[in-house]
Amino acid sequence: MEPKIGVYICHCGSNIAGVVDVVQVTEYAKRLPSVAVARDYKYMCSDPGQNLIKEDIKALGLNRVVVASCSPRMHEPTFRRVCQDTGLNQYLFEMANIREHCSWVHEDHGQATEKAKALVSAAVRRVSRHEPLETREVAVNPCTLVIGGGVAGIQAALEIADSGHKVYLLEKEASIGGHMAMFDKTFPTLDCAACILTPKMTSVGQNRNIELLTYSELVEVSGYIGNFKAKIRKKARYIDMAKCTGCGWCSELCPTSLPNEFDCGLGKRKAIYIPSAYAVPNKAIVDARNCRYLKGLASGKNACRLCQTGIEKKGLPGCEAGAIDFAQKDEMVEIEIGNIIVATGFQQFDPSAVYQFGYGRYDNVFTGLEFERLSNASGPTSGSIVLKDGSPPRSIAILHCVGSRDTNYHRYCSRVCCMYSLKFAHLLREKVPEAKVYQLYIDMRCAGSGYEEFYERLQEEGVDFIRGKAGEITNIAEGPAEEGKLVVIVEDTLVRRKRRLPVDMVILSCALEPRPDAEQLARILSLSRKADGFFLEKHPKLDPVATTTDGVFVVGCCQSPKDIPDTVAQASAAAARALALISKGKVEIEAATATVDEEHCAGCKICIDLCPYKAISFDEEKKVSSINEALCKGCGTCVAACPSGAITGRHFTTEQIMAEIEGVLA
Amino acid sequence: MSFEPRIVGILCNWCSYTGADLAGTSRRKYAPNVRVVRVMCSGRVDPTFVLKAFEMGADGVLVCGCHPGDCHYQDGNKKTARRMPLLKKMLAQFGIEDGRVRLEWVSASEGDRFATIVNEMTEQLRALGPFRSNGGDGHG
Repeated sequence: MEPKIGVYICHCGSNIAGVVDVVQVTEYAKRLPSVAVARDYKYMCSDPGQNLIKEDIKALGLNRVVVASCSPRMHEPTFRRVCQDTGLNQYLFEMANIREHCSWVHEDHGQATEKAKALVSAAVRRVSRHEPLETREVAVNPCTLVIGGGVAGIQAALEIADSGHKVYLLEKEASIGGHMAMFDKTFPTLDCAACILTPKMTSVGQNRNIELLTYSELVEVSGYIGNFKAKIRKKARYIDMAKCTGCGWCSELCPTSLPNEFDCGLGKRKAIYIPSAYAVPNKAIVDARNCRYLKGLASGKNACRLCQTGIEKKGLPGCEAGAIDFAQKDEMVEIEIGNIIVATGFQQFDPSAVYQFGYGRYDNVFTGLEFERLSNASGPTSGSIVLKDGSPPRSIAILHCVGSRDTNYHRYCSRVCCMYSLKFAHLLREKVPEAKVYQLYIDMRCAGSGYEEFYERLQEEGVDFIRGKAGEITNIAEGPAEEGKLVVIVEDTLVRRKRRLPVDMVILSCALEPRPDAEQLARILSLSRKADGFFLEKHPKLDPVATTTDGVFVVGCCQSPKDIPDTVAQASAAAARALALISKGKVEIEAATATVDEEHCAGCKICIDLCPYKAISFDEEKKVSSINEALCKGCGTCVAACPSGAITGRHFTTEQIMAEIEGVLA
Repeated sequence: MSFEPRIVGILCNWCSYTGADLAGTSRRKYAPNVRVVRVMCSGRVDPTFVLKAFEMGADGVLVCGCHPGDCHYQDGNKKTARRMPLLKKMLAQFGIEDGRVRLEWVSASEGDRFATIVNEMTEQLRALGPFRSNGGDGHG
């Protein structure tokens, strides 16, 4: 059938028309081969704009459509639907990006108009060679994998599980809870973090639809939306989960004392231990690297095992449930799921990188997380805020933006530090009312429900706000008032004066940064990351939880730093997206896959090793390669490599791409 | 009028095309000399695409893909990278200068980098002059 093309040039208000002469482009398009009609319109994506195309398809019998407007990443689905609604195969459509790639990036109107013409000409030439393609519909596996058991993962898992669908909740640590479980209070309402989180953690543990995979890691993911397969390593915990009652007796017997990670190293734990007072699952775990018995085994010595055997001399029995199993090995499990929600959270910026702040050199310089544990009733000091020598501080400085808004570390604002710093100040006012509290801030950022009010409240509570970023913390006294103190040197930019603040304690409000394993996870799931290392969402405004991999969603701080309310909202949003797919039960798969022309295939097998998805196999009988379309993702690597040109990449055929190249140079 | 080189940019959908889109949404201005052709993966870039571009009168070809390790299709970009040296060798035999073909990694967040590369390449090609009157025999 002879191509009959309709070309539609969008003004996008003044976004395109303000730079590109759309009338000139339309006139140019009219003269291109096979173009039956060319029009320009204010907003092609609007209803009247879409109707314009529909009417032309019907009235003029168009069999190809080109829209020159924004990026196909934005509105290709919109216009494909327009075609489909009018009975035209959606693949007989092509888009020319004259906004993001033209009017928004070029200043010279003449040159921008010329470029827009070239892009339209390319789209017209390409679309003439388009073929109708049929999308495939595949069933959606109703199970979901949630990666990360912090508040984001917990929320998403519960939402999905409560609607009656199975969820695998994967957590790297031995207990779920994430950072929120470590916090003392939450701003600005001052609810106790544990009081609001632990009921949710318990619900996860009890929910029949949630299979909890703690102390486990994602190794590999294959498949596609609706039909993923994930390989997970369940690391040996040396505990029989079915037998362990979580009584904690084993820890009493263990002779090895180590810094407790849950308390940021401020408290102690044993080599066999329960991760925290509210661990879910409430089961012990053996720290294999530090357990005397396991270390002994590795070096051929047989020592300890007191947790198992007890201490006979003292009449103390070992684990009576018989739950300790030193023979346990890592186990690989494979699960099948339809959706994946990534909720892997953040890590706290390590302030020892900022040498001048003395973290790690001075005893009483703490990070925000350390302060959370100090202030927490279940923490190492049972909630008393004390210096390393056990005495209460009489003056405290809280430094904002440590690692954030700093071109040496992270340029971005971590969004939560102003608010948690205010919370710290409030807790200090409450717990050590006689102490002097300084807040050293650059700008106060208190946007959120009740946040500004909380800031005002703190001003009334008598906290000293100094606008300035500290330059240094030193223990070198310049006078008797500074003896034995940490001196914070800061320029108070409101009064334009350098100040020296002698204090007993410094709290560094550290940035939230991407976890070090974000890169690896991005690779496993084919996710993109932003310049700051956080996972990239599909669209920052209109699709903030989806990713470039269909069926994979990102929520919480792994996407960008955010507070608990935003995290929970995002988690629910991702759960809704997954549930929408589950309830629909099927999903359309891109038809742009590769196919082998058996006549031309020379049987060289070059393509087979190139395919990253093992989608190509060799038909020994016919001596040709054959592509499994369910596995092919349409990257086109085999198409480019086939020496006999026997592989066609549908919708990105050599002919189509060549026509486009010709067009941009026309 | 001074010589304005024409560059064909062949960009992968997931990283580089998205990065070029980002340059747009952030209104980062750059030389209008590049015209972008989208492929799903830089691994799709058949060396003949580059030859075709020169045949049709391009003064330069810019191929952009995801950074190594970030490929949406695992390692399509590595395959492109491996094809490049051979292509460049062949282009050299045709008398096509090295600076006319560039392979660059541009991530979805590097709108700025894309703009900088385009500006740089435009300048380089201005210095090299038009493809047809230089190097080849006039037929590309």
